[in-house]
Amino acid sequence: MKPHLRTCIPEWRSDSLPDNTAYEAGFLVTKNSGWRDIRPVIDTKKCTGCLQCYLYCPDGTIARCGNKVSVDYDFCKGCGICAKMCRHDALRMEAERR
Amino acid sequence: MTRSFISGNEAFAHGIRLASPGVISAYPITPQTIVVERLSEMVADGVIDSDFIHVESEHSALSCVIGASAAGVRTFTATSSQGLLYMAECLPYAAGGRFPIVMMNANRSVALPWNIYGDHRDSLSQLDCGWIQAYAQNAQEGLDLALMSYRIAERPDVSTPFMVNLDGFHLTHTYEMADVPEKEQADRFLPPYSTQNTIDFDTPRNLCFSAGPDHNTAFKAGEHAGLMRSRRAVIETEEEFSAIFGRKYTGLTEEYMCSDAEFILITLGSISGLCRDVVSSLRKSGMKAGLLRLRYMRPFPVEEVSAAVAGARSICVLEKDISFGFAGTVFINVCAAIQNAGICIPAMNLIGGLGGRDITEENIRAAFQDMASGKTGVVFIGMEDLKI
Repeated sequence: MKPHLRTCIPEWRSDSLPDNTAYEAGFLVTKNSGWRDIRPVIDTKKCTGCLQCYLYCPDGTIARCGNKVSVDYDFCKGCGICAKMCRHDALRMEAERR
Repeated sequence: MTRSFISGNEAFAHGIRLASPGVISAYPITPQTIVVERLSEMVADGVIDSDFIHVESEHSALSCVIGASAAGVRTFTATSSQGLLYMAECLPYAAGGRFPIVMMNANRSVALPWNIYGDHRDSLSQLDCGWIQAYAQNAQEGLDLALMSYRIAERPDVSTPFMVNLDGFHLTHTYEMADVPEKEQADRFLPPYSTQNTIDFDTPRNLCFSAGPDHNTAFKAGEHAGLMRSRRAVIETEEEFSAIFGRKYTGLTEEYMCSDAEFILITLGSISGLCRDVVSSLRKSGMKAGLLRLRYMRPFPVEEVSAAVAGARSICVLEKDISFGFAGTVFINVCAAIQNAGICIPAMNLIGGLGGRDITEENIRAAFQDMASGKTGVVFIGMEDLKI
């Protein structure tokens, strides 16, 4: 199962706190993408589902979505490797608007 | 039980044999080498059913047992001096992961100047890394601590790595008579290690995860709580140990003639035997002398030290260590403990035995004379004229 952000997080001051650094695998409690300046945007018309971006993403934030792909913006750092790898011009990096 | 004439290293190797760790990984360094040699022979001869993993450094040795411990295996490593410092990055890793690893450290001086002989500057420099730290005074206590350390470290309410310290050469290489328990006794005392945090493909777990600013304090507070709970674990484990093996230990400290003492010397490790003789001799000549041996530096025996020195006129901490720019680390800890207990008496810090130099009977007698004259401050034995 892919690691994902949980909505129900243990009370960190209660008995549910793990007493060591071991817990159910893939249990993410905080987003980690706050410093992203540019974000990959997928043009689903151009995307062929070749999965090159999925294979090259260093943070595992691109997932298969039907026969296309989607980006998990809670964890994407905006490195742009996916856009560089895409041969179909289906990924472009856009400035974050804050 | 077998009475054997063995060195401290050999006694410790027997203790580890009896505890039967599944993985042993260590890199040889004087004066620890013999404990690793004996264990590698035992593995080669099939005396113990352990995997002995050869590594290229101490950093790798501790990393290796961290991995094995994370996978649910009882582990052992050993080092000394520069090797312990080379492990330093991994020490808090083991403690933060709450891995109940047992390590023997053969106390040895730290370079420069290069020196292979015994003092406590290696282990005391690592007090803050989250490990339990015990100091043996003879080979028998070393062997017994090897067994008790697993029992204490592996308790679910403690779950903390354990460093047993033996004075380099004075204990590691000195031969003495020691009782080596039978395996059947050891098995009754020490059940197999079990933990939920194993590698399991059906219910996978993240081991050694990260925790950001929101959650980090909770884990560090938990680590502190585990180490503090080891206080009770030490007492209870010693009671269980005594019931099976017949030898009694006295918790985090050992008092000798402290109850009515006016002048109390505080020590760590093998020098305590000679100090005890001097105290006995001074008692015969009418001086109310006492000795307080710290068996554990972490958890620190705050209540025990305060109770022991509460009625004293003055104290002296004799230690083989200096925290440059302040005082000896044992002294700093003792002073913090008694200050919080509201005890305000002259306290002197005698630094001796650095790089293996002998601490003599005369040195110890002089310490009691200094206490009687209310002397305070940090003094290096034999360097009283040092201009600072």
